[in-house]
Formats: sequence, C-alpha cells, structure tokens
Amino acid sequence: MPKLRVATVWFSGCSGCHMSFLDLDERLLEFAERAELAFSPIADVKEFPEDVDVVLIEGAVGNTEHLRELLEIRKKAKILVALGDCAVTGNVPSMRNPLPREEVLRAVYAKDDPPGLEEGEVPKLLPQALPLHAVVRVDFFLPGCPPPADRIWKFLRPLLFGEQPQLSGPDLKFG
Amino acid sequence: MRQLRIPVTRIEGHGLITVHLGEDGRVREARFHVTEVRGFERFCLGRTLWEMPALTARICGICPVSHLLCSAKACDAILAVRIPRPAEKLRRLMNLGQIVQSHALSFFHLSSPDLLLGWDADPKVRNVFGVVAFDRKLALDGIRLRAFGQEIIEILGGKRIHPAWAVPGGVNNPLSEEGRDRIAAKLPEALRIAQDALSFYEEHMASWAEEIEHFGKFPSLFMSLVGPDGSWEHYGGRIRFVDAKRRIVADGLDPSRYQEYIGEAVETWSYLKFPYYKPLGYPEGMYRVGPLARLNCCERFGTKLADEALLRFRAVAEGKAVTASFHYHYARLIEILGALEKIQELLSDPEILSRRVRAEAGINELEGVGVHEAPRGTLFHHYWVDETGVIQRVNLIVSTGHNNLAMNRTVAQIAEHWLNGREITEGLLNRLEGGIRAYDPCLSCSVHAVGEMPLKVVLYGPDGEVIAERTRGI
Ligand code: SF4
Repeated sequence: MPKLRVATVWFSGCSGCHMSFLDLDERLLEFAERAELAFSPIADVKEFPEDVDVVLIEGAVGNTEHLRELLEIRKKAKILVALGDCAVTGNVPSMRNPLPREEVLRAVYAKDDPPGLEEGEVPKLLPQALPLHAVVRVDFFLPGCPPPADRIWKFLRPLLFGEQPQLSGPDLKFG
Repeated sequence: MRQLRIPVTRIEGHGLITVHLGEDGRVREARFHVTEVRGFERFCLGRTLWEMPALTARICGICPVSHLLCSAKACDAILAVRIPRPAEKLRRLMNLGQIVQSHALSFFHLSSPDLLLGWDADPKVRNVFGVVAFDRKLALDGIRLRAFGQEIIEILGGKRIHPAWAVPGGVNNPLSEEGRDRIAAKLPEALRIAQDALSFYEEHMASWAEEIEHFGKFPSLFMSLVGPDGSWEHYGGRIRFVDAKRRIVADGLDPSRYQEYIGEAVETWSYLKFPYYKPLGYPEGMYRVGPLARLNCCERFGTKLADEALLRFRAVAEGKAVTASFHYHYARLIEILGALEKIQELLSDPEILSRRVRAEAGINELEGVGVHEAPRGTLFHHYWVDETGVIQRVNLIVSTGHNNLAMNRTVAQIAEHWLNGREITEGLLNRLEGGIRAYDPCLSCSVHAVGEMPLKVVLYGPDGEVIAERTRGI
C-alpha cells in the first residue's frame, strides 16, 4: 500500500492544534511508517501539492490569503478535515466578528492606517473570521481546543489502514 | 528591481521574507514580514478579569503556559495580593516544564533537520520525519524530551495545551504526591537526553562556523529578567540590559514600568511591531531577548551542570556577550539542562505538595502588569479594569516581538553573505529561514500588542528609494 499523503495547514489559530498533533509523541514514528507529510508548517515544501489524500486544517479563515488557499486546497485534497474548534466554529478568532475590521486593526496598532486594512505586503483581514465549512465542503470535523492527541490518533489511525474513522460521544466535545 | 518572496516554514507562525535587490544585483534590503493578526487587544475588552488567563492562553498553542502565567500575574497585581509561596513554586514548576518542551520543539523538531541533514538537503526530507529516517535515536530523544515537559504541564493542569490552571491569586489545583513521583521517575531520562544534545552541539559547532559567523552576528543590547543576586530568572526578578561587551547598561528596572524604557514602532509591511530600548531610540535601540539574552544577562545559572556549561558558553566570546544569534541554539540547550535541574530542586521541596495554593481577593487596583520569561523571552501583559473587574484596555508585548529588529538585521546579513550574483540556491533560501529559525520566533504570539507607541511609516518609490517618511511620537 502506498503511503498516505497527509498535509497540515495553519490558518487563523494559535498552533495549539498542531502542537496536539505533535503530542502523538512516539506514535509519530508509527505515523511516519504509513504516511508522509506532503505539506505542513513543520516541513519545508512551499507549494501545496496536487495529490494529497488527507489535509488537516487548523484555524479559522481570517484573511484573503487563507480564503484563496482554502479554495485551492479543496480542489487538491481528497479528504478535508477541520482540526479543532477554530476551524470547526470560528472559536477564538471569531470573537472579533461583532466588531468592524477597521476598529480591530486600529485598536491593535493604535494608528489610522494599520497593516491589513488594504491588500498590501500583508494580506487583508476579512470582515469576519469564518469556520471552514462557511467556505468549502468539509469532510470531517474534529472538535476540541485543541483536540487531544488521543482523539487525533483515533481519527488518523484508521485512515492509515484505509479504513473510515468512527468518532462519537466524548470524541466530539468542544473546548 | 527584483524581489524574492519566501514563505517561512518550520517556525511557529506565519512569516514571509522579502529581499530587495538593486540594479547591480546586490542586496538592497531584506525584510521579515509577519502576515497574521487576530486582534486580542480589542476583543478582550469588556470581558472579565477572571477569564483573561484562559482566554489569552489561546494566543499561542506552543507556549500557552507563558500567557496563562503572565496573565495570572497581571491579575494578581489587580487583586493586589501576594500569592501563597507553594502556588508560586507550582507556577515555576509549570513554567520550567514549558521551557523544556518549547526548547525541545525548537531544537529537535524544527531546527535539527538543518543541523543534521545540512542546509542544502532536499526540502522533501528536511523535516522531523526526515530526522526520524536519518537518526532515529536523536528523533526519539527529541520526542521524549518534549513529551516530558508536556507531561509536567498535564500533571499540574490536567491538559497538555491550554490548561485553565493558573488563576488570579494562585493556581486552582495542588500537586499530588503521585503526580510528583511520576515527574521524578522520568527526570533521569530527560537529563540524559539534555546532556547528549548539548554534547552533540558542542562537538559539531566547528562545522557550522560559517553560519555562526553570518546568522545574525552583530553587537546589540540584550534584555532579560535576573534574580536579586543577578542569577538566571524566569518567573520573578527585575529587568537588566547588557551590551555586546556584557557591560550592564541598566539594572534593577521595575518590570511594571516597562513603558518608560521600551518603545514600540510600527511598519506597514509587518503585523509584528518593533520594540526598542527608548534611551537609544528607534532603530538604534535594538535589543535581543530569549535564551541568548538570558545567558548573556545573568551572572550564573544557579545549578551545577548548567553553570559548567555556562562557562563553556562564555568562552565562545571570551567572556563578552555571545552576539551570534546562531548560538540561540546553544543557549537553549543549556537552559533545558538548567531547567531540568531546577525541576529536580522543586520536586524535592516538601512545600511543593502544599494545598495552600490560592489567595482570594476582589478588585483592589485598576491596573496591573504581569511580566515573566517565556521560552522566547520577556513577556508583558498589562491590563486596565473598571471597579467590577471588566477589562477596559489591554497591552501585550510578546517575546518574539522584542527580537523583530534583530531578526530583520539577521535576514539582511545572511542575504548579503550567501546571495551571489543572481542565482538563488536552495541553500540560500534555507539559510535565510534558518537564521530566523535560530530565534525560534513564535509568530502565533507575535500578532498583538497596542498602546501609545511612536509610529514610523516609510514610503518607498519604485526603485526602493524613500520618498516620504512620517514619524509620530507618543
Ligand atoms: S482550536 Fe484552540 S488550540 Fe486549536 S488553534 Fe484554535 S485556539 Fe488554538
């Protein structure tokens, strides 16, 4: 069986979901036997590749770059997974949603023309931080802030063996 | 003018480097951009003080404990309490666990691919799984050392990432005897791994001579907390600045009055602000924080093995400050060792099992500052509340931010040295990133902070010349 091509992506999140993936600890070695990391912030490939089997996405869609990338990733990945509460519901980054974008940026940078107001050297902030399913079809939702490593493993391991993951009850808890 | 755009990976966050070339093909300018912002300073307003530790922990999943503890300290100041001694010891224990896990992540998971596989290795294998294939023992050591730090956090806080454990006035759970014994049982292996990693670094140092020379080697100030006797500190103490010769520039500064000596500039091309030492102005007041700064600032570590290593570290610069940012890696490994020794000390202190872990109080001050040393450097949380404890204003200066000026300088230095003519090699690209990676920037943390800061906006023409410049002071 060829190795499963797995990608991980980081949008507007705190990286805690990625850290929880690394909390697989020794299970990472087992992961490496059956899967390869095709794209990830912890690896060096810069372009999202064409033939990805599973992509785990952390974070909400917060700016124009995330939006563009998400649409592209959806075309290239067979299974798209919302990893963690920010990706599933918007969670912490969406706490800014009731406020106008301009007000948030001006408050953070205490200036009239802060970065992110317009498309420039840094991407423009979207009016609201969105959960992934507001933009594209999501195949699996893996809640938690972050989802504990055991839950991530319970989800990933069957995929490594070509099986369908089954999550239920306490595995679907937020927070 | 030609511009390269390089997305930076294997750092904790979203970053971009741009290198601006002149007509002659030489480096005109190099910049490190941070491209993500979430807006904590604004959306925390109107929430209660009691929510702040757990909420601000979500700034960063790599060092959530830093924000948790720093926030709790700012809240302590607003309650105007001195937390029970055992609570302080427990907070220290958790912070040391976090230093171990975060430094292990930086060295083994993120940077060892460069150090082991080389700067010119195939990008497809240049990651932690490439290290697994190349040197399984080292990879496994890294995984286990990081896991050790994470387990301390889990045993204390019930969760590895985002435990809601530190609270205004102390912590909400003591340490059980069983928990203490579990940590103690794993300590010998962690100490063995830390010593092996340090020997690995010291043995290979000579082969990285060129990188050591050009990955951000320049004079600058260094800032960190130090203890009352000038020893290494991570939780309390006062602020010290030293210069490149390791002469003390300022000492015993009150951390809660940081605004008197730290200014912050903003540039339109990065979401990350640029702090500087006010007496020297912007950008001359560049300083570095984090492991390298802490070792340069302190007189001694205060534990046996780390102090022996510190002597060897000092010898690298003949007793002056170590100004090569590459040696952040070196400093990090020494700190892991020392943190483990301090964990050992705390575990043998009977008070660590005390159940007196929280002081109860209401709102007694309308403003409070929390400061401590996060793995990446000094972290500041500053809150203003109303009489009922509702947040009115928030200012955060995150560890990585302090290094912003130095990181930009580093990028330029590397580009100047390795960019020859117009050929852009994989080795150059990776060295640019490697230079940034040495600082272990946590970009997740980096995208906040506010306050009345001086602003500098520079407008560049098509050829990169400055056509307008506007500065707004405080
Ligand atoms: S779900 Fe929680 S852990 Fe994951 S990115 Fe969001 S805030 Fe961080």
